[in-house]
Amino acid sequence: MLAQRAASFTKRSIKAESKRAGLRLAVSMVDLTTLEGADSPELVRALCRRAISPCPTPLDPPVPSVAAVCIYPRLVPIVREALAGSSVRVASVATGFPSGQAPLEMRLQDTQAAIEAGADEIDMVISRGAFLAGRFDEVADEVRAVQEVCGDAHLKVILETGELETPDNIRRCADLVIDAASRDRAVQDGEVFVKTSTGKMSPAATMPSVLLLLESVRDHFNATGVRIGVKPAGGIRRAKAALHLLVMVRETVGQDWLTPDLFRIGASSLLDDLVRQLLWTSRGCYAAMHDVAVT
Amino acid sequence: MTQADSAVAAAGWDYSPAPERTRPEIDSEYGLFIDGEFKKPRSGKVFDTINPATGERLARIAEANEDDVDAAMAAARAAGPKWARMKGRERGKYLFRLARRIQECARELAVLESMDGGKPIRESRDVDLPLVAQHFFYHAGWADKLQWAFAGRTVRPRGVCAQIIPWNFPLLMAAWKLAPALACGNTVVLKPAETTPLTALHLARLLQEIDLPPGVVNIVTGAGETGRLVASHSAVRKVAFTGSTEVGRTLMRETAAREIPLTLELGGKSPNIVFADAPIDQAIEGVVSGIWFNQGHVCCAGSRLFVEESILETFVAALRDRMKQLRLGDPLDKNTDIGAINSQGQLERIRSLVRIGQEEGAILHDVQAAPLPSKGCWFPPCFFTGVQPSHTLAREEVFGPVLSVMSFRTPEEAIRRANATPYGLAAGIWTDKGSKIFEIASRMDAGIVWCNTYNQFDAAAPFGGVKESGFGREGGLHGLRAYVR
Repeated sequence: MLAQRAASFTKRSIKAESKRAGLRLAVSMVDLTTLEGADSPELVRALCRRAISPCPTPLDPPVPSVAAVCIYPRLVPIVREALAGSSVRVASVATGFPSGQAPLEMRLQDTQAAIEAGADEIDMVISRGAFLAGRFDEVADEVRAVQEVCGDAHLKVILETGELETPDNIRRCADLVIDAASRDRAVQDGEVFVKTSTGKMSPAATMPSVLLLLESVRDHFNATGVRIGVKPAGGIRRAKAALHLLVMVRETVGQDWLTPDLFRIGASSLLDDLVRQLLWTSRGCYAAMHDVAVT
Repeated sequence: MTQADSAVAAAGWDYSPAPERTRPEIDSEYGLFIDGEFKKPRSGKVFDTINPATGERLARIAEANEDDVDAAMAAARAAGPKWARMKGRERGKYLFRLARRIQECARELAVLESMDGGKPIRESRDVDLPLVAQHFFYHAGWADKLQWAFAGRTVRPRGVCAQIIPWNFPLLMAAWKLAPALACGNTVVLKPAETTPLTALHLARLLQEIDLPPGVVNIVTGAGETGRLVASHSAVRKVAFTGSTEVGRTLMRETAAREIPLTLELGGKSPNIVFADAPIDQAIEGVVSGIWFNQGHVCCAGSRLFVEESILETFVAALRDRMKQLRLGDPLDKNTDIGAINSQGQLERIRSLVRIGQEEGAILHDVQAAPLPSKGCWFPPCFFTGVQPSHTLAREEVFGPVLSVMSFRTPEEAIRRANATPYGLAAGIWTDKGSKIFEIASRMDAGIVWCNTYNQFDAAAPFGGVKESGFGREGGLHGLRAYVR
């Protein structure tokens, strides 16, 4: 029934005004990401320009900026500078991304470095090995330790749902992380996110895995009144997939979550298709890929 | 946030209307399909078929009287010997051709089904039509393999079959009835329900297009009286009926007196049992599918929900939240979850049972935010808590989007209460524990038991009930048995 329910969201028909509004909303939720070994300062600066104004052609109303640019810690200073004065936030992966296999000390140092360089948000990975071996306290402890280092920076916890494999594991892990992050402190709405994947493996943000996170977040809200954010990432390339995600958010946790403060989509190429579809809604014909992709 | 985003946040993001634009051609008047042709009724009488979502007339339909039924029976009898003698692989070809033709016309038929019956296009498009095609494909495969289906026997067709089908899945029920009968070499007189005859009549056109020999399938339209004439005709060698238990009883008396074999698929009051260890969100989906699929116009609807007491409160809250997400409205909008009630008569029955439920002291939960459309037949999805086993709502089939929620403490209590009904069509069990599934499933008085799922249909899976839900099976090898001797 999980797969059936997740598939039902893809059957919603999003047309006309709801499509236009949905595409713009999706743009505003994108964590524009590049996590390659070959990332250069120049490339990242170009990405930042695109993050601030995603559409080269002016549209009315204007296409919003994306939510954040997500990079490795080393590039945080460059991104910080390039995004200065904009609403776009600086997100850095940390804690030994993507495998999380480094010793905890090094992972905390990694986080510390990103924070000191000016990251607004930290995307951490958990020790999937510890979770799969049943050492749940270890996972909870590391989430709290990273949270400590983060201070005011927002924390997104990557579960890597593809490695957790089963729905039971994914749901249990989400509950564990949310509980660990909010056990000893008053968490503000949107201060903590659960995120599906690193984007470095497949399967990543499948509809069922995102649904499980949303359900966990919904149940936490019903119990505590605190809104945890959700970020699907990995393999979301098409505007249609982004709209399906918005439908799922709307029908699972409700309208409140339809804001970049509580829902993000981690992606690199998705923005191109979103812009292309937005151009289509205004022009009535499709823009070529080379018209929209400027990075 | 930019201005545009805050505008979205303030107004909320909703779905724009997404109407299905395909419009099938609907004639103003339909005759009776007899001997391969549409004929004017000798009765000279017609009746209207209504779009329940708007209250508007879609077409005038012929009403068959005794003479008309006689003509249909004569055609079926005349076509019988040649059709029965035909090699199975040749009969199979007709069925394959029909299945493919149905797939080609799937969109038009789905729209027609939604217009005539009120069910959401999402369901007629994604559930009804694929299953209709599958049913013909599946039985086309059996047509030349009957000697393996019935090992050691040489089976022969029964002859003329009288088949009477209901209004909740008009085309799908026609497929369930026609496909096995034709595969086994029988000829048929089919009577669709009076509120939903259109798709069966369009199916008749497809039968013409595939050159099915005249008389092999005859379709006569009309109400209960026509059905009685069809079932009690002297040419009939087999009766198959899907519908109410009341009519089923009458048919049983009449066919028993004439020693005519009969299969019945009647009403239900099926239980859905949710244990505390079940994955709640998934059980909720099963309950939703169980009771609100096709506005609850489903004979196997899971209309009694038993929840383990320790999770009752959580479950009811989750069900309320989920119910809020159901979108009621235009059946032809692709985002509609709950369409129109099939007919005014059915709407009144649902209203009266809900009123009785309230009078008897059960608590109604109804969360539809939007007002119901002003025209047409509508009833919001709802459920009752505080239902006692003696309440009318716990005993009588509503055949509408109305669920009765009850609780239990132990598995024994769940089994006892689930079985405490005259019906026995389906049951759903929700638990994470495999041993519990085997134990409970084996003790359900029901023809179908779904475990951690609900409403799964397949042409290869026999469907049918026990007790007052009927006897005989449709689909699978078991479904063929009724059509051979």
